[in-house]
Amino acid sequence: MTTSAGAAGVKAAPWKDPAARPYVQVDHITKSFGEFKAVDDVSLKIYQGEIFCLLGASGCGKTTLLRMLGGFETPTSGKIFIDGEDMTGVPPYERPVNMMFQSYALFPHMNVEQNVAFGLKQDRVPKPEIEERVATMLDLVKLGGFAKRKPHQLSGGQRQRVALARSLVKRPKLLLLDEPLGALDKKLREHTQFELISLQDKLGVTFVVVTHDQEEAMTLASRIGVMDHGEIVQAGTPSEIYEFPSSKFVADFVGSVNMFEGKLIEDEPEHVRIGSDELGGTIYVSHGISAPPEAIVWAAVRPEKIFMSTAPPGGTDNVVRGAVQDIAYLGDLSIYLVKLPTGKVVRVTQPNTSRHAEAITWEQQVYLSWDATSPVVVTR
Amino acid sequence: MNTAGHLRRFGVTGRGLVVALPYLWLLLFFVVPFVIVLKISFSDIDLAIPPYKPLIEWLGKNSLAIKVNFNNYAFLFTDRLYINAFLNSIKVAFISTVLCLLVGYPMAYGIARAKPATRNLLLLLVILPFWTSLLLRVYAWIGLLKANGVINNVLSWLGVIHDPLTMLYTPFAMYVGIVYSYLPFFILPLYANLEKMDWQLLEAAEDLGCRPWQAFYKITLPLSRNGILAGSMLVFIPAVGEFVIPALLGGPNALMIGRVLWDEFFSNRAWPVASAVAILLLLLLVPFMMWYQSVQARESAGAR
Repeated sequence: MTTSAGAAGVKAAPWKDPAARPYVQVDHITKSFGEFKAVDDVSLKIYQGEIFCLLGASGCGKTTLLRMLGGFETPTSGKIFIDGEDMTGVPPYERPVNMMFQSYALFPHMNVEQNVAFGLKQDRVPKPEIEERVATMLDLVKLGGFAKRKPHQLSGGQRQRVALARSLVKRPKLLLLDEPLGALDKKLREHTQFELISLQDKLGVTFVVVTHDQEEAMTLASRIGVMDHGEIVQAGTPSEIYEFPSSKFVADFVGSVNMFEGKLIEDEPEHVRIGSDELGGTIYVSHGISAPPEAIVWAAVRPEKIFMSTAPPGGTDNVVRGAVQDIAYLGDLSIYLVKLPTGKVVRVTQPNTSRHAEAITWEQQVYLSWDATSPVVVTR
Repeated sequence: MNTAGHLRRFGVTGRGLVVALPYLWLLLFFVVPFVIVLKISFSDIDLAIPPYKPLIEWLGKNSLAIKVNFNNYAFLFTDRLYINAFLNSIKVAFISTVLCLLVGYPMAYGIARAKPATRNLLLLLVILPFWTSLLLRVYAWIGLLKANGVINNVLSWLGVIHDPLTMLYTPFAMYVGIVYSYLPFFILPLYANLEKMDWQLLEAAEDLGCRPWQAFYKITLPLSRNGILAGSMLVFIPAVGEFVIPALLGGPNALMIGRVLWDEFFSNRAWPVASAVAILLLLLLVPFMMWYQSVQARESAGAR
């Protein structure tokens, strides 16, 4: 996973500029359903032209947050500003915001054209203009020949594009997308992700996307907000989230990770050393952290950043020996599950760069090692 | 070979029997009586028992006389009474259907939008009146509507009125009775339709700029069209031929075709004329029934 293509729409990185004006500002929003807090004191700034992904497991409050942006739920407390205007109590039909629903919610009694034209008719846009804008939008989502079809005569991918066209044709300031690609199969989803990005780039609309699929979030987003139990636990660019997760939860939720619990035994400004019983060795990390000495910390190492060899590598830090327990061959890469003497199973991925590589097989003893820059140390 | 094997040799299968059963039922209790009524409608009136002359007569000497008499039908179109009764029945049925729509739509909508637990209770309340006889319920309305009935007593006790209102034996009482009795037939198919509705469509409509009432008018109403049609037919078709309610609540001026039929049959003992009325009524309703059938077929096919 590389840096996101979604960042293309955003000029620099406005979230790093304290003077930049946020386009959407969520200010201490809480939404309770009875005793249950679906969204708990969330504050968020989203800038113009961004694709901001709310990522989290089901029930984490991401959809409730999105629905509050759309006006379908009223926050229990807090405020929402869009383009500087307080939108907290404004009903959906008066917001400069459109939403693409997870179920697409296409009107079954109207054909594609009527579905897309619906919002414009509602705004009493002159008829010739409606026709022109609908036709342009249908061409943009490559549905030019399907104008007279009813939704039930379309495939899943086509319906998704009708829903997209319908929500974009009103030229909203902000487009909310609820699991936009959830109902599509894998190939189509990948293809549509890139289409969505180029469309967003072309139109310059700010997107807020809700997804539970971390790969989707990584591909689409300029920034990701990882949500858990109604809170945003970390917000940042995809690479920040992946390479510098701020907690065990984020490291584990985004991508796969090997987590080693240990104790700080050396705490210097430019490096730390962690003694881990789980690993059965020490972990040397080439950056300082802020934690009290002897604190319990976790070192997270991504599977692709672990080297696997049959010969012992040099050094004593960041090296461990184990036996291959399981191998999953995925074509482009293979996943190895290596069992350490401590009982801990470590996940290692290796690209299959050569067609006739001398394969490491089951039960084989291997050495695992990683660079001092690879582990991320988290304290919670 | 067992019995089943024997039967199969004559083309009788279990599946065939199951399919045959409803047809047999229809044959016995609809087609046969219908043919008898049709036959009587073409007969001459006679002062005998039964009070009509046979259609087919064996004259002896190798000759058979078949006499088909269209006079009964012609008679229906010469006397304004019958035409008026037909037209009035259609008018009453139509107004009743519209009233059922106005009262029943909000009820069906409310039930469909209620929480699942409340929904079952509300549905039960709609069906509950069926547990007592229709006649009993219509008599109960007499008790409510008559001059010294419950409604007048309460109103005069409250001081709203001094003289009792005349409600019983008026068109008002008749419509109250019909709407009250047929309302469940309107609500249930409409509810079944609304219950399938995807309410997120309303959110989508609001998102695209509709106020809630506009969303209702543009989305909910057109999507519930088949439910409205089904409910309307279930009210309209039986209401045209309704006899009990207009007779008990509507008083002597409620000239409806069901009443005319009763009078011809029992008071005048004009069975052939009564039969002709019945056949005409059926012919009148067939197009509506066919329409209802096609609506039902469309509804179950899922296309809207």
